[in-house]
Amino acid sequence: MAQEGMNPAADALPPEGWRGIVDDWATDKQAFHVPWGKAMMWIFLLSDTFIFTTFLTGYMNVRMSTAVEWPNPSEVFALSIFGQPIPLILIAIMTFVLITSSGTMALAVNYGYRRDRYRAAALMFVTAAFGAIFVGMQAFEWTKLIEEGVRPWANPMGASQFGASFFKITGFHGLHVSAGVVYLAVGALKVLRGDYERRGGNYEIVEITGLYWHFVDLVWVFIFAFFYLW
Amino acid sequence: MAYVAIADRDHHLHDPDTFITKYIWSQDHKVIAIQYGVVAIGVGLIALALSLLMRLQIGFPDLFSFMTPYNYYQYVTTHGMIMVIYLLTALFLGGFGNYLIPLMCGARDMVFPYMNMLSFWVYLLSVIVLIASFFVPGGATGAGWTLYPPQAILDGTPGSDWGIVLMLVSLAIFIVAFTMGGLNYVTTVLQARCRGMTLMRMPLSVWGIFVATILGLLAFPALFVAAIMMTLDRMIGTSFFMPALLALGETTDTTGGSPILFQHLFWFFGHPEVYIVALPAFGIVSDLLSTHARKNIFGYRMMVWAIVAIGALSFVVWAHHMYVSGMNPYFGFFFATTTLIIAVPTAIKVYNWVLTLWRGDIHLNLPMLWATGFIFTFIHGGLTGLFLGNVTVDLPLSDTYFVIGHFHMVMGVSPVMVLFGAIYHWFPKITGRMPNDVLGKIHFWMTFLGTYAIYLPMHYLGILGMPRRYYDYGQTDFIPDSALGVNQGITIAAIVVATAQLIFLFNVALSLWKGKRADSNPWRATTLEWQTPDTPPKHGNWGPKLPEVHRWAYDYSVPGDEADFIPQNHPIKPGEESLRVAGASRK
Ligand code: HEM
Ligand SMILES: [Cu+2]
Repeated sequence: MAQEGMNPAADALPPEGWRGIVDDWATDKQAFHVPWGKAMMWIFLLSDTFIFTTFLTGYMNVRMSTAVEWPNPSEVFALSIFGQPIPLILIAIMTFVLITSSGTMALAVNYGYRRDRYRAAALMFVTAAFGAIFVGMQAFEWTKLIEEGVRPWANPMGASQFGASFFKITGFHGLHVSAGVVYLAVGALKVLRGDYERRGGNYEIVEITGLYWHFVDLVWVFIFAFFYLW
Repeated sequence: MAYVAIADRDHHLHDPDTFITKYIWSQDHKVIAIQYGVVAIGVGLIALALSLLMRLQIGFPDLFSFMTPYNYYQYVTTHGMIMVIYLLTALFLGGFGNYLIPLMCGARDMVFPYMNMLSFWVYLLSVIVLIASFFVPGGATGAGWTLYPPQAILDGTPGSDWGIVLMLVSLAIFIVAFTMGGLNYVTTVLQARCRGMTLMRMPLSVWGIFVATILGLLAFPALFVAAIMMTLDRMIGTSFFMPALLALGETTDTTGGSPILFQHLFWFFGHPEVYIVALPAFGIVSDLLSTHARKNIFGYRMMVWAIVAIGALSFVVWAHHMYVSGMNPYFGFFFATTTLIIAVPTAIKVYNWVLTLWRGDIHLNLPMLWATGFIFTFIHGGLTGLFLGNVTVDLPLSDTYFVIGHFHMVMGVSPVMVLFGAIYHWFPKITGRMPNDVLGKIHFWMTFLGTYAIYLPMHYLGILGMPRRYYDYGQTDFIPDSALGVNQGITIAAIVVATAQLIFLFNVALSLWKGKRADSNPWRATTLEWQTPDTPPKHGNWGPKLPEVHRWAYDYSVPGDEADFIPQNHPIKPGEESLRVAGASRK
């Protein structure tokens, strides 16, 4: 591996510290020693980070500038269980599901490295299933709020921007999760079918899918913090 | 590593055989580049025609009975939007980015050719949606290219029913297209260069396009989000940007939104956008100057770091477009300071261009004429930018023709100058034929002098206080009657400049048909794209073996060398001093 794509001076010891970092980046052929697809996924996620950051700052901005009072999230997002309102219980479960799915994804990546394609595919399916459950619970939450009269343009509990931001941000994130579920399912099928055996047993696709999935989870943590806990 | 081996292999790409796979659904970066270029120039002509209509209205107010203020706003908006996004961004990145990155970096293609192809088709879709907005009820939007709410979506603004929605949708589609292309450009530059092509040996064209693409990937998200939010405001009545309002005598049912938020989002995109079109121009012009002055670029490393620094700084200056919107004076101070700081790396670049020309063996051929023309227009536009960057100077000048003159010089004319230079420079490589010199020179002088005739007087009108985006000036105390005379002169100059562009189109057609055949390296340039085995380069670019790079891109007039240039893929000769072999110094 190492003799391919390195700089001509690769046999010399690499310099230390900043000089080494600069040299590493500036080598010919490749700045990062990762596959093309993975490099591209990283750059895409960077761009996507800016989308979500803009969404969240936009939301914080309207929340601070709106003239009407913002509803209290722990009341709005409470579920009555046995007659007891429990604040944020659904969101807590949703977050738990999503974080668990990150765990199964990490295992899938691990089995991908070991070229154990059946386990890797199975774990990818499990991850996709967790993702689907998450989306399902989100649909439930949307229904509940809509029944209570919350709309993107109006909100009986206070500022209309509450509904607008809520549906927009969770909706956009939900689309990401749904896309991820499809992406995972297709990837898992291909892994299972042995498509990558034929390409020399290269399972980096599992890892690339994993990058996307962890990103979507991470974004959720921020949405959770800024939307539900604030 | 497996993927490196793929890039080295000769037949990793299926060679297309039918006409359709070769020229229409093509995955070849060179064909995609031409497709981008043709579509971008096509819409650019529409924008040019719109600008003429506007100019005729301003210079000769009673000439056209069909043009109403309603139409004028639509023309202003569509003209501005097309020029900035659908022409300049698309042509620099989709066109030249696609063509030059793989060739200059020594790759066979972009890393993901299929996605690259999709990028073009999605771009075409965005153009179609944009043009369609002229034909829906109410017509295209007239909100100005900045699309500021609330007026953009309120009744009474042209195109507030459908035009604005189609505009926002078209922008969103464009961003998707750009992202697909942009990911390819960045990954290709980072990961797929040929052996020996270190980052610090890349030609500045690639550096400019590369950093501009990164800016695009980080700035377009803000526009994307703003477009989504405004579409929601318009379509389902959310109030992200809409405060409670009294419009046309009626209160709206919106409350509590923040119009200023839109301005922040728009300019967080909008200012980097200026550099998305300027950085590729900076890069390309450096290569043109160096090649045609037969001298190495002055201060290569400084040039690279200036591009990177400008790119980074461009994210922290956006609110200089919002001085008149009202803001905390400390913010104004902050943004004025960052704006003026950005002038430092920019000025370094200008000095370096001039120093590159200094005592060079200057060949005043077509690309060189445009490149030197750029230095003039850019300095002029840049200097007025220093005025506008200061809050107190900007307040009276904002929204006058001074601003129109400023930004047309700096981000309209200057990048266009480079584009023409680049087209003439790479025409022989792209088509295998030389462009016609006489026609090209007529084109240059008419355009260069003409743009001065158009935009210099505008600064004067602006200082008089003539506001921008006005259909008619009627009787005013502060604008003297002689302003109409100036306006007529400007309009005539605009017609002349537009005619010159027809000469350009004619030149392209004529040279394609009958032009002198070009050999593979007519300018005797050092960069890799001139060293391909075929001209125009074939699918896969390099024949059986990828090139190998041994030196930087600027070995012109090396003392003691019989030719006055040494291509990048020529090995270092024994005894060559290592100083010039930049990038190899660490060995
Ligand atoms: C011969 C070439 C051109 C002519 C005659 C021309 C003329 C005009 C005119 C008359 C206006 C409207 C002024 C007003 O009423 O406010 C305008 C606006 C504008 N132009 Fe150009 N233009 C030309 C080329 C360009 C280019 C190359 C660009 C690319 C950056 C450009 C970008 C814009 C923008 C962004 C606006 C502002 C639109 C708005 O106010 O919303 N123009 N131009
Ligand atoms: Cu700016």
